[in-house]
Amino acid sequence: MNRPQRHWDARAALNFMCGGSGAGLMAAGAFFDPPSPWPLACALALIAVGLTAVWLEIGKKTRALHVLFNPYTSWMARESLAAALLFPLALGSILTLRLTPAAALAALVFLWCQARILRAARGIPAWRVPQVVPLVMSTGLAEGAGLALCFSQTPLLLAVFALALAARAWAWLRYNAATKSAALAPAGTSLLAIGTAGALACGVFAIDSIPFAWIAAAAATGTGWWLKFALVTRAGSFQGFSLPHLPVRGAR
Amino acid sequence: MTRWAMVADLRRCVGCQTCTAACKQANGTPPGVQWRRVLDLEVGEYPAVKRAFVPVGCMHCDDPPCMHVCPSTATRKRSDGIVTIDPELCIGCAYCAVACPYEARYKVNGIATKCTFCVERIDAGTAKGLKPGVDPEATPACVNSCIANALHFGDAEDPASNVSQLLAQNQHFRMSEALGTGPGFYYLWDKAP
Repeated sequence: MNRPQRHWDARAALNFMCGGSGAGLMAAGAFFDPPSPWPLACALALIAVGLTAVWLEIGKKTRALHVLFNPYTSWMARESLAAALLFPLALGSILTLRLTPAAALAALVFLWCQARILRAARGIPAWRVPQVVPLVMSTGLAEGAGLALCFSQTPLLLAVFALALAARAWAWLRYNAATKSAALAPAGTSLLAIGTAGALACGVFAIDSIPFAWIAAAAATGTGWWLKFALVTRAGSFQGFSLPHLPVRGAR
Repeated sequence: MTRWAMVADLRRCVGCQTCTAACKQANGTPPGVQWRRVLDLEVGEYPAVKRAFVPVGCMHCDDPPCMHVCPSTATRKRSDGIVTIDPELCIGCAYCAVACPYEARYKVNGIATKCTFCVERIDAGTAKGLKPGVDPEATPACVNSCIANALHFGDAEDPASNVSQLLAQNQHFRMSEALGTGPGFYYLWDKAP
């Protein structure tokens, strides 16, 4: 018998890391001029890696399609449906370069569902706060915008990158103010220092230098992945039990 | 309408874990899996220390977070309030385990498991005309085994039931009520004023 599982592990975290970055890159794909199939293909591959990782986490792999049975209330089912919509749109976009905005929209829906998955987990205080939704959304978008710089360094993409980094830093500060999670403190610090300030500094030079673009992408993506890995694994602890009243025994 | 509920009298529980053992025996749960646990909590500093034994497990909530997050519809709530898992539908994603604020779920051998309120005993007993909470054959194993008469089971919607009487005569609370899950597990802590 396997050891009883009560928490999500690195496989689930990989879905948020790769899936988030992939969705962000797919969304950034709408800002490429001229349109290019390569970032879209890379985005789709990342999302596929994330979904494969989470498939490896489930206990009954042959029943994977059951994940679609409850879109009425389950954000995991909705994420799967969003992925089912995203894949044909992205493939069509890669082949024709005409469906890029639709694929970007589907990627945003996918990312939204991912964020709501955490928000709906009422057992985990670090996940159930509303501030987790903009945090997960903005990390995905910032990572995707960073990865987009590896393919093209246009002023528009650099502006999108800077905007996404600022949004992520703002989302992290709001989230951290609400939760004050010690488990996320190191990852949060690096997100601000390396993933925001460092990545922005490198981004300034990226227009003239591809290596700077790669460094900016690595800084933005690496720190975002670290934060999400820590969020899903280290910060994913239960709230525990507390008694509002202690038993009154004996004579009063 | 029936609403099965459990009541734990914290003044009576001695933390003997007999309910835990009875649950394991009745349900054949594997090592490391305790559908019925008893927490041993100490509060305060010497000499003003208080201790409480708190039975916990699935609270069979009115609004179960586990049911809402379940992507496969394996987790459902019956009209009598019992939250069930269909092992043939469960994919073992463990989303319900992280959504449950009461740490009641365990993924074992690829699927989620938890306390069922001994639903088979309840169904078989009521089919024979027995009364859960009164007739041991129709009552959850943990309640039957309790040496201190701290655990009780019954219909919270029936004003004449044992649990309704206990709730009327005592002050009580439910675990983490602020989360809005509406647990079907009540804790008695003092007489009613």
